[in-house]
Amino acid sequence: MTVTEDAATLTPQSPEKEVGKARRRKEDARLITGRTTWTDNMVLPGMLHMSVVRSHVAHGKITNVDVSAALEAPGVVAVLTGRDLADEQGSIPCAWPVTADMVNPGHPSIAVEEVNHVGEAVAVIIARSRDAAADAIELVDVDYDLLPPVLDMEQAVGGEADLCHDHIDSNTAYHFVFDAGEAGTGADTEQAFADADVVVSRRFVNQRLIPAFMEPRSVVVQPQGENFTMWSATQIPHVLRVMLAMVTGIPEHKLRVVAPDVGGGFGGKLQVNPEEVLALLIARRLGKPVKWTETRSESLMTAHHGRDQIQYIDIASDREGNVKGLRCRILADMGAYLRLITPGVPALGAFMFPGIYKFPAYRFECDGIFTNKVPTDAYRGAGRPEATFAVERIMDELAVELGMDPLELRRRNWIRAEEFPFTTVAGLEYDSGDYDAATQQALDLIGYDELREEQRRRRESGDPVQLGIGFSTFTEMCGLAPSRVLGSLSYGAGGWEAASIRMLPTGKVEVVTGSTPHGQGHETAWSQLVADQLGVPFEDVEVLHGDTAVSPRGMDTYGSRSLVVGGTAVVKAADKVIAKARKVAAHLLEANEDDLDFSGGKFTVRGTPGTALSIQEIALAVFAAHDYPEDVEPSIDADATFDPVNFSFPHGTHICAMEVDTDTGFVKIRKYACVDDVGTIVNPLIVEGQVHGGLAQGIAQALYEEAVYDADGNLTTGTFVDYLVPSAADLPHFDTGNTVHVAPGNPIGAKGVGEAGCIASTPAVVNAALDAVRHLGVQDIRMPLTPERVWRAVHQGGDGGDRAAAPTNAQAVDSAGAPGTSSQGGDL
Amino acid sequence: MIPAAFEYVRPTTVDEAVQAVAEGGEDVKVMAGGQSLIPVMRLRLAAPSTVVDLGRVAEMRGVRDEGDVLVIGAMTTHAEVIADPLVAQHARLIAEATETVADRQTRRRGTFGGALAHADPAGDLPAVALALDAEMVVAGPGGRRTVPARDFFVDYLTTTLDEGEVLVEIRVPKLAGQWGVRYEKFNRVAQAWSIVAVAAAVRRENGSIAEARIGLTNMGPTPLRASATEAALAGAGASPDAIAAAARSAAEGTSPSSDLNAQADYREHLAQVLTRRAVTAAAGL
Repeated sequence: MTVTEDAATLTPQSPEKEVGKARRRKEDARLITGRTTWTDNMVLPGMLHMSVVRSHVAHGKITNVDVSAALEAPGVVAVLTGRDLADEQGSIPCAWPVTADMVNPGHPSIAVEEVNHVGEAVAVIIARSRDAAADAIELVDVDYDLLPPVLDMEQAVGGEADLCHDHIDSNTAYHFVFDAGEAGTGADTEQAFADADVVVSRRFVNQRLIPAFMEPRSVVVQPQGENFTMWSATQIPHVLRVMLAMVTGIPEHKLRVVAPDVGGGFGGKLQVNPEEVLALLIARRLGKPVKWTETRSESLMTAHHGRDQIQYIDIASDREGNVKGLRCRILADMGAYLRLITPGVPALGAFMFPGIYKFPAYRFECDGIFTNKVPTDAYRGAGRPEATFAVERIMDELAVELGMDPLELRRRNWIRAEEFPFTTVAGLEYDSGDYDAATQQALDLIGYDELREEQRRRRESGDPVQLGIGFSTFTEMCGLAPSRVLGSLSYGAGGWEAASIRMLPTGKVEVVTGSTPHGQGHETAWSQLVADQLGVPFEDVEVLHGDTAVSPRGMDTYGSRSLVVGGTAVVKAADKVIAKARKVAAHLLEANEDDLDFSGGKFTVRGTPGTALSIQEIALAVFAAHDYPEDVEPSIDADATFDPVNFSFPHGTHICAMEVDTDTGFVKIRKYACVDDVGTIVNPLIVEGQVHGGLAQGIAQALYEEAVYDADGNLTTGTFVDYLVPSAADLPHFDTGNTVHVAPGNPIGAKGVGEAGCIASTPAVVNAALDAVRHLGVQDIRMPLTPERVWRAVHQGGDGGDRAAAPTNAQAVDSAGAPGTSSQGGDL
Repeated sequence: MIPAAFEYVRPTTVDEAVQAVAEGGEDVKVMAGGQSLIPVMRLRLAAPSTVVDLGRVAEMRGVRDEGDVLVIGAMTTHAEVIADPLVAQHARLIAEATETVADRQTRRRGTFGGALAHADPAGDLPAVALALDAEMVVAGPGGRRTVPARDFFVDYLTTTLDEGEVLVEIRVPKLAGQWGVRYEKFNRVAQAWSIVAVAAAVRRENGSIAEARIGLTNMGPTPLRASATEAALAGAGASPDAIAAAARSAAEGTSPSSDLNAQADYREHLAQVLTRRAVTAAAGL
């Protein structure tokens, strides 16, 4: 074999550092061209197709389900109702009971007695083709005794409220409190407010959003004797496997879950979906492979939603603008059921409401409320955007009250660079950063002074187009999460991550990660890490993931954790590989281990020039295993599991300049600049991409997106005609920059970037719009800032109010197909 | 998102198309570019038994010059309209409005005639056809007839097309004299339908406005003309004040709907603002 020589020539003498290089993502070609296996591409011999009959009513008792006509339909193999599956379906798990007395009503995958939101499954059809399964849906007749739907959180907690679940005695799932005074991390909040010169109170609405990932959810289950393989478009194959085993009783070791390439998630695929459970139960029952792929309408209506909080925020300060206390009372909409981490999302945010400011006192209370809507759960940022919105908005309100510049107020109260690490009033230890430096850079990027000057000119001339500037000086907690902290918050699992490195005989490297990507670029970033660590070429590294048979241990991808936790596990595994290789190298080089240096992928003997052995050569040597030390195994492969000790805390300053057309209410972002500190940057291109995508979603919350329900509990924004997701055409150029303060909690020094843009941008945009029209008497405008809301706020006062629930575009589509208009012979 | 089963016919001439529609029974649906029909079929809000696809009827495609009139085949795609030199020269308002229709993919498949026959009040082209006094040439079992745009749009998604009839081509009078045009569209994101839009064509003569034609998109169940504003502008000075005064009556006689994007009173307000802007631009001010 001449592999040793080849490997030697392949290894450069001193490879350029990979970390920091703006490498194009190695996975993108196949993802963008679709030359890969998405779950819906899977075709298995004898595979059947599942479709779901869904409730058209928001709340009702099921009195009858007639499946006889559907059973007769061509191609239909079986039709099953909730009663058929009641004994085996268990409950969709909730892994985060945030309080000891939290009420969980249970969450059947398919309704048995009653339905609690529009879109809930009431029957499933199994057919030989997808078309046949779709055709039979309308042949199932379901009768309901209607119950009044609970749709408004403030009404739901009032006296005499209708109940979402009649077997529990209120609409409140839990009451969660964090009080800094009681926790010993701050002063008494009530006293702080009693002593304050100024108190400002506001009610903010964080509207309901839909994650709207690009690839719809899809699942395929293949039974093989007692064993089952599930392919699913999921963010969490590892968590899903454990949960499915617990829910269905199928032993964990008989269950393999594969997340092939997955087309986005944004938290929306951090779930144990009812349809995943149903596909598994039906594959078990029929002994045949089963596939289900949702339609876009099903996705918008039934995949979990995000946000949906009403926030009552009080801030206390002295006349000089030194903040004295923060008090937050939150109503958080759970929807009809508690899914995987539904209750935990607002609780995760509880610790972030103080933001970057040195509040001496802080109290947070949150009620989780049931409504007859689809459950909420994780959505990009999960708890932290809500918190950041509240604090960054209330700081602006306080600045107005005090007549202070909003940036000056922030500067007066934020943690100074020399104060890190800093333990906040919420008890978190912020790791590193410099808020002033990021802010100064962002001000330079946007051209702040010129914009303020233009704003003054437009105001003085009474220009119909006014200009506003809004800030968000934010931080967030990333790197989820220290397992012990999760335990203290009653979360059902840990926050560690696992990795393995396999050194192949030809010197190539397989990296197995437990952090399952769904579009983030793990394969590229992990390759860069390993190339540096082991001194092997970037191209020689293959990253494997997403299959519990290949990557047996993992906690998957969410909460900007992958690089911080999963990447660290990879680095630690690489360190172990080097340690094992060192013993073999010492043996082969006939030197003492302590006399070996490892650099650029090669072991050299100190003081003996010319002797060198690459780690790739050692991989071949232990494969042959003809000559290796007596006391070691013939392998340099290694595993590592990393459990962080603390979160990481990216921060940044986002500045938005907004034009508001007071004639029409149309808002247009004129300029947007942000400087984010995400710690060490492994790949600047990926970081930039994550920031851009995050900005798009955060701006979308401010300006475009809102899940609207009508008075009967129907999702009015049930298509992309009405649920407006912006495209590149609707977004401005982004001026982005970075400061780098290395995260001390992991060897990479990374803090996480997946959610930063989404968390930071929303309040910057709203603050900018308000800054443009505040002199016209506007105090608040509800998100999204539709032109109509802005126009009404400017010309009629108030916050723009609820959007009309009367005939909508979606309903207009209905009437297009209604009898009476369809016979007009129009050339559609 | 799978349509119910349907029969599919693809004629190659107008005569064949008319025959196919006649033979298609009661639930026949004519498909031009399919950009509105296919989505409602996928959502199963429409389930025609037969779809007659006009995509291969070559004689319904293209633009020709007939002296004072430009004739646009109903099956001419939006992309073709935008790129057509005759349209650019003689009916620039159509090109300008068509450029705002939906997105690039839709403009590749969607057609001028399809958009008119669909008669969606939020669609951009009906108001433009109305403002330009276009005429619709319609073929049916009894031969051809010509319907002026003002009579063509009857109600929400409803035209005077009888059962069995097909819109073949659109005759657009060329604008003679010093005309300026503007399509002022108001929507929330680039690919969305108009919340309100205003199509304006203005003829100037000696520093005054001799004639203005203003079509309103989405201000009622059909496209409308802003007649009161047109009357006020006829002979008015070409000044911002005169235009602003005239635009205040833009919403007269309209009956806009209320939906998630706008309630009726806001639409009425937008009609005034957008009319002012469209006329101002069309007048070259």
